[in-house]
Amino acid sequence: MNRLIARFDLHYPGFRLNIDLDIPASGITVLFGSSGSGKTTLLRCLAGLERASSGFMQFGDDLWQDETKGLCRPLHTRPIGYVFQEPRLFPHYNVRSNLLYGYHRIRPEERRIAVEHVVEILGIGHLLERRIHHLSGGEQQRTAIGRALLTSPRLLLMDEPLASLDIQRKQELLPFIRRLHKELAIPVIYVSHAISEIFQLADRVVLLKDGLVAGVGTLNDILTSLEFRVNFGSPRAGAVLDAHVAGHDPQYGLTQLAFKEHTLFVPLQPVAVGQVVRVHILSSDVSLVLGKALAPSSVLNLLDATVTEIREIDQSSVDVLLDIGAPLVASITRKSLVNLGIKPGHRVCAQIKTVALNEELME
Amino acid sequence: MDLSALWVTVRLATTTVAVLLIVGTPLAWWLAHTRSPSRPVVEAMVALPIVLPPTVLGFYILITLGPYGPLGQLANMNLAFTFTGLVIASVFYSMPFVIQPLQGAFEAVGKAPLEAAWSLRASKLDAFLTVLSPMASRGYVSAIVLGFAHTVGEFGVVLMVGGSIPGQTRVLSTTIFEHVEVMEYGQAHTISAAMLVFSFLVLLAVYIVNRRFPIHVS
Repeated sequence: MNRLIARFDLHYPGFRLNIDLDIPASGITVLFGSSGSGKTTLLRCLAGLERASSGFMQFGDDLWQDETKGLCRPLHTRPIGYVFQEPRLFPHYNVRSNLLYGYHRIRPEERRIAVEHVVEILGIGHLLERRIHHLSGGEQQRTAIGRALLTSPRLLLMDEPLASLDIQRKQELLPFIRRLHKELAIPVIYVSHAISEIFQLADRVVLLKDGLVAGVGTLNDILTSLEFRVNFGSPRAGAVLDAHVAGHDPQYGLTQLAFKEHTLFVPLQPVAVGQVVRVHILSSDVSLVLGKALAPSSVLNLLDATVTEIREIDQSSVDVLLDIGAPLVASITRKSLVNLGIKPGHRVCAQIKTVALNEELME
Repeated sequence: MDLSALWVTVRLATTTVAVLLIVGTPLAWWLAHTRSPSRPVVEAMVALPIVLPPTVLGFYILITLGPYGPLGQLANMNLAFTFTGLVIASVFYSMPFVIQPLQGAFEAVGKAPLEAAWSLRASKLDAFLTVLSPMASRGYVSAIVLGFAHTVGEFGVVLMVGGSIPGQTRVLSTTIFEHVEVMEYGQAHTISAAMLVFSFLVLLAVYIVNRRFPIHVS
């Protein structure tokens, strides 16, 4: 599998970016961190827009930067699509000319992505002859995405492309970004500081803090990590699982999901059997019972789990890290922990009160 | 009216503006985007001709261009009182009127559209020609018009450096001076009125262009 290897050491007054990254060049990788953590700077380094005096970057077999050899290929020679935070469309061209700007600058045999296809998935067919300043924010950003795609990039860099849009536009564009990466098979590096975007998009997360990589892993690895808990607090902490739809039970209005050997029930979903849905289980919605899931309970979702780690959070609460074939976190009180005598290695039953579903479906 | 003076004037202004656009574009770009501490020094030097008496500028250029001056030595000839010398003097004299509008336009456009163009496979030159120049076109119009008009209107420098030699370095403004010196008020009136109207029309054009065709930078 192709990999993206990047090492940058960049100094600015009051800020240092020091990155050592080796990730698969596939799927959607979200660079996540609070503002000032260096996400955008890292993305600009990947594109060659910022040049670290000590820098190295390799994409698959292609060497793009190696400062030990004085090599740093300029952006226009890298097969990168870049979607900036603002659309940055060219105001002296109409939508069509903006879309075709990059398309005309690559060799015809390199054009893997058809104009009609992009126009169709983006729903901008009716805008082609419009001037840029007659477009809404969402239309501008869709045009900017289309323009980047039409260079048939081998790597798509997106810097919070939805940040300037309202919630409704965001919800319109998120599924599209998911889809374009599936349909066009372009690896995406996506900068975000919005947790909701990670939930919907990420296959992999690179957690950035103060210019350093604080964690790299699958979405669930990162969400259940101590680093995430410490830096991004409890409200959204939890686990994210990609489960299959196993069946529907219209009588009780439930949909049955399968994750590994576990079964989860959620309110009836209009989703075909066999489809994958992404579920989010907040750590505050998980409570623990000793032993196996045998006793009758009003809670439907009972998962057998093994305790792997206990993390002190504050005076009253602890996080219990569980293994259900993937990491899961339960936030319980310290008193409960002592009462139950829970230790790493114990088998417990996790009772899950609420399973949140992402509307967005994945293939 | 002295047609040779008109011809010299137009040739001088056109050449000066052409030189200034070539030299001025990279300089204005540098001034617009550099973080170098030397930027205010360069900006002040570019702006000097606005405040300096033209005779001061003319004096130094005359010395530099003369047979014993550094440029005269370099060219191995006397550049003073020649058309080339006049162009060199005019380039310095009109520099702020070309650099400043360009710098302002480049600052307004910013680097963002260029980065976008590079990400769409445009080389630096390509991005300059197809994105930056059109987006900075208003700055270019102002720079060309003001640079041309200011060169046409110079007097002190051309008199010092050019010496008003008919057919070579005599321009309209120096012609007026000579007419007045020999009391030919009629000829002086003709040229003066023509230049007054010309200058007004030029400025009018600049303001109309700036008003009517604003560049939309979203």
